[in-house]
Amino acid sequence: MRLVEPFIELMTGLFTTMTEFIRGKPVTIQYPEEKRPVKPRFRGRHVLKRYENGLEKCIGCALCAAACPADAIFVEASENTDEQRFSPGDRYASTYEINMLRCIYCGFCEDACPTEAIVLGDNYELSFTHRREAIYVKDMLLEPVQAGGSPTPQVTEPGKFTRSVPEMKDPQD
Amino acid sequence: MDWTLIVEWVIKSVLLILILVGGFAYLTLFERKMLARFQVRIGPNRTGPRGFLQPIADAVKLIFKEELTPARAQKVIFVLAPIITVVPAVVVSAVIPWGGVVTVFGRPVTLYIADLNVGLLYITAVTSIAVYGITLAGWSSNNKYALLGGMRASAQMISYELALGLSFVTAIILAGSLRTIDIVEAQRSMWFVVIQPAGAFIFMIATLAEVNRAPFDMPEAEQELAAGYHSEYSGMKFALFFMAEYIKMIVISAIAVTLFFGGYLGPDITHLPYIGQYLTWLAPWMGPVYMFIKVVALLFFMVWVRATLPRIRYDRLMAFGWKVLLPLSLAIAFISAVGVLLAEDVNPLLIWVIPVLSVIAGFLAIGFVDRSLRRKAYAAR
Repeated sequence: MRLVEPFIELMTGLFTTMTEFIRGKPVTIQYPEEKRPVKPRFRGRHVLKRYENGLEKCIGCALCAAACPADAIFVEASENTDEQRFSPGDRYASTYEINMLRCIYCGFCEDACPTEAIVLGDNYELSFTHRREAIYVKDMLLEPVQAGGSPTPQVTEPGKFTRSVPEMKDPQD
Repeated sequence: MDWTLIVEWVIKSVLLILILVGGFAYLTLFERKMLARFQVRIGPNRTGPRGFLQPIADAVKLIFKEELTPARAQKVIFVLAPIITVVPAVVVSAVIPWGGVVTVFGRPVTLYIADLNVGLLYITAVTSIAVYGITLAGWSSNNKYALLGGMRASAQMISYELALGLSFVTAIILAGSLRTIDIVEAQRSMWFVVIQPAGAFIFMIATLAEVNRAPFDMPEAEQELAAGYHSEYSGMKFALFFMAEYIKMIVISAIAVTLFFGGYLGPDITHLPYIGQYLTWLAPWMGPVYMFIKVVALLFFMVWVRATLPRIRYDRLMAFGWKVLLPLSLAIAFISAVGVLLAEDVNPLLIWVIPVLSVIAGFLAIGFVDRSLRRKAYAAR
């Protein structure tokens, strides 16, 4: 019959927690002030990208809406003209809405996009107090114009932006 | 009896209640902070500097929360149950001495409220009333989980009350008195935890079961019973249960200090080199300070145990209470009585028979626990 060992086992348990108490360094991250960076493949809130000159990549083809398994995306396209150009090619998305309550962040929209216009970003702080606020419209999703670009709609010279899908290379890695 | 005595009693009682309620509030913070450190976290640190206003925020939240009463609850008992739980927890503290005699405005004031000659009997009697509140809360809620929690509380209380009472008896035998002040003064030469370590150990275990603390928190086992007996309580009524639990923790630590850890006694500061002779006026006031330090140490021990040990299974809890703790505490009470008799009649040095024999008895009991709790496959190793 073991007499002393169970007592020693009990004390070992207490000793283990005590060493954590004395030596353990808290792993807490003070969240709103200090944010842990997300992983490269993290899928957060969507961002609508622009070209360097400020034109929107999105051409309003609605392939993302077709690919969406949760039916969270709504796209309505309108005609581009050279006096009022939003994106290269014939058409642009005049309405682009994502319902963040429906979205499951699967990333299919990203895969479906022929111009790499929609990208799942790293913003995960999506809180709202009303259902209506859950619908993110185009202005909220569109990224700001880079330095050197000009905001849309632009006045462009005719015949320059005829091709709606850019020429793409195969992935390198 | 003159009227100043009544004023003195009232002041002391109000002071004690304020200390207990304030102590409850800050014990919750203390526990959360310490538990966080054990789990390598930080704990509450948003409200006020380092989270020191957290109890106030909690109190405000609980006071303004809506109080729900289940549709078919027994309304009167439902309201009464939290009160029945809190009152004994506060009332017990009346007989615990927090210090000796101090002089206030030229008048000797004793630092305890009541000097009962059956103090320990009073403690055992009043602490067991608290379980009525818990059981009635479970019963009146009209909720099966609450009822199960309440039944568990009463069954557990009955099982562990016996071991607790018998470990009281060891201290009573060693001191030869039921008065709490006599028990403290009998420890002037040697704390009872040294003479009777196994008794103190049993006392601590039974105490954890008595105040429903981990690893014996079966009545409110979250994973099994939602929240046990206080599932249906919200707002201030829930706060009362919470308060009862933490005040009981403080009070029972104070009782443990009184019985086994030398109560308000501590090093005599008038013997300090150089400054000791100027501190004679302070010496009687050190009682509450030593008491406070010892109580905080025991509370820390409770939190430490909670951070370490998982909850024990219910049948094992009962088996442990009846089959191990009760015989062991009986044996230890017997050993104490024999040792005291030998020390008085034969040789004072024979008092050391008590710790040796009781520790052996304790280890034997541990061996039996180990054997009974072991699964067959594990034992075959």
